[in-house]
Amino acid sequence: MTAAARHGRPSVISTAFANPTQAVLTLVLAALLAWAASSLWSWAVTHAVWHADAAACDALGGRGACWGVVPEKLRAMLFGRYPPAQQWRAGTATAALLALVGLSAWPRCWRVAVLAPLWLVGLPLVLVLLGGGMAGLQVVPTRDWGGLPLTLLLTIAGLLAAFPLAVLLALARRSSWPAARTLSRIYVELVRGVPLISVLFMASFLLPLLLPASWQADVLLRVFIALALFVAAYLSEVIRGGLQSVPQGQLAAARALGLSRWQQQRLVVLPQALRAVLPSIVNVAIGVLKDTSLVTVVSLYDLTGALQLALGGDPVWRPYYLEGYLFVALVYWAMCFGLSRYGRWMERHWR
Amino acid sequence: MSTGGGIPRQGRPWLGWLGQGLLVALLALAAWWLVQHALAELRARGAQAGFDIFDDPAGFQIGEGWLAGESTQALWRAFLAGVLNTVRVALPAIVLTSIVGTLIGVGRLSRNPLARGLSTAYVETIRNVPMLVQLLMAYFALTHLLPDAMEPLRLAPGWYLSKGGLAFPWPVFEAGQAWPRLDLPEAGRFNVSGGAAITPEYLAVLLALSLYTASFVAEIVRAGIESVPAGQVAASRALGFSGWQQLRFVVLPQALRAIVPSMGNQYLNLAKNSSLGVAVGYPELVSVTHTALNQTGRAFECIAVMMAVYLLLSLLIAAAVNGWNVRVARWSR
Repeated sequence: MTAAARHGRPSVISTAFANPTQAVLTLVLAALLAWAASSLWSWAVTHAVWHADAAACDALGGRGACWGVVPEKLRAMLFGRYPPAQQWRAGTATAALLALVGLSAWPRCWRVAVLAPLWLVGLPLVLVLLGGGMAGLQVVPTRDWGGLPLTLLLTIAGLLAAFPLAVLLALARRSSWPAARTLSRIYVELVRGVPLISVLFMASFLLPLLLPASWQADVLLRVFIALALFVAAYLSEVIRGGLQSVPQGQLAAARALGLSRWQQQRLVVLPQALRAVLPSIVNVAIGVLKDTSLVTVVSLYDLTGALQLALGGDPVWRPYYLEGYLFVALVYWAMCFGLSRYGRWMERHWR
Repeated sequence: MSTGGGIPRQGRPWLGWLGQGLLVALLALAAWWLVQHALAELRARGAQAGFDIFDDPAGFQIGEGWLAGESTQALWRAFLAGVLNTVRVALPAIVLTSIVGTLIGVGRLSRNPLARGLSTAYVETIRNVPMLVQLLMAYFALTHLLPDAMEPLRLAPGWYLSKGGLAFPWPVFEAGQAWPRLDLPEAGRFNVSGGAAITPEYLAVLLALSLYTASFVAEIVRAGIESVPAGQVAASRALGFSGWQQLRFVVLPQALRAIVPSMGNQYLNLAKNSSLGVAVGYPELVSVTHTALNQTGRAFECIAVMMAVYLLLSLLIAAAVNGWNVRVARWSR
């Protein structure tokens, strides 16, 4: 038994300076860290301007951060082109979506009787809040939806729509019908081999040509369909892994109990398969949240695009793009880090 | 419905064949309807279809790359220039990301708490921010925060960094000389001349791609090294192997078996993420397709070619990684 194991965990200092090489490495890294941290602190905190004062920011001349751009442009960054008088609706919709996700993440709610009505009522409510046209709310066209509500809506709705298709694809890939296996495989390999941007381009340029003029869907619907089809391919691979992990005996026992084939899948195999790969599904969700930033390229102003809208046309605040980007990055980071922590918690407690 | 061994088939076999036949017939019918409808739509709008558009002049120029050209060059050459630009950024990015990712992955396993902490901070920060945001930040930093080309930053003799890009020495072959001469860039009155230069767009895409993918590579390397049983390391130490010998003969060969397939996946993701160059104006394949689409209006042909090229690239990278995997897994259990 080593000395460390005999006397408990060694202190941080003793491992950092255990031998000359470690000591030198620690000192060099500490020096670099100190230099970087001090210049960052002096730029971001000491010399920074915290209120929305353009003159004070100009006077900084780059020595300090102009955090004033955040409160000044907050509503434009968070809500994009949404009409300012109606932005309370966008804010409420965002809060509603976050509440829906939070409740669905709580294991106490993991029952169809709770989740189904929650989403069947909640999601249309959010859409009506954002779109208007009912209950006396002013109509807001989908091309004006933007910012954080759009990011959350695309992520959540995209994942929800992709899920049934992904389950179908995964089951087809493992079915005894060669045609279903091949078709599923071709679809998944095709979609996984191309970047999301090309799929979004297809949706916004190709789809209008293929569909009749009377069916013209607006940009958001087309992008949503493209995103759902794209995510379904990746999600189906994860679910396929889960299906593979369910022991064969489960299927045999289900058949012995007299369940039909669909009942076997629905009541026995799928619940176990999905529970086994929940952390991987959370990983896919994190990826989708980051990928929604790409809709900027097809002129939908989500959180990333809204920043360019807010600052690009404003010569007074345009030099402070970096502070704006850092704020947007912080929002994404908070959401993705939270999701990854949740995934890790789930892995530890729900295996 | 799984094809597992040992469990007899359930249901009536002829129903399966009937079902498959119906499925294929349905899909074929849908595809036929879609194609017919698309052709009718195109005819109604008076637009033409056909791949002969690729022989016509492009109408836009490609600003940088190995096949940079004017707007009079053929469209297929412009597309080829885009493909080459994708490769031109993806290959160095793959090398850079492997090096940086491995260093950070090993850093996460280091005994030194500072190295471990910094590596963990890097991975947790970079991994949770979308690559597009990081790319736009890098591009903004390179085009607004660097000095003008009139007063460039001198990183080293012959290396100049400015808003116009990075200039560096490049060997130049001259007539009558056996060995090339090193052409050093010089900071002139208005810009830096001489040597070779890379644009801020290229630099931004290269940096963002490499650093973003490196955070995933770090996790893969860490998982691979951790997957080697501790008994292996203990046994090699008992046999008298030095630290480096343990790494080279015992840990790395076994770790690579777990690392290589996931690494290949990340290389594929890198190649596909290079398509984000369209957001900063780097003329890679998606950017060229977008411009060509807007110029010629032939959405179907342009997009079909772009997707075919990406599929081919993905197949090539997957095949290369598979070959590497076969070598690495040669003596696996």
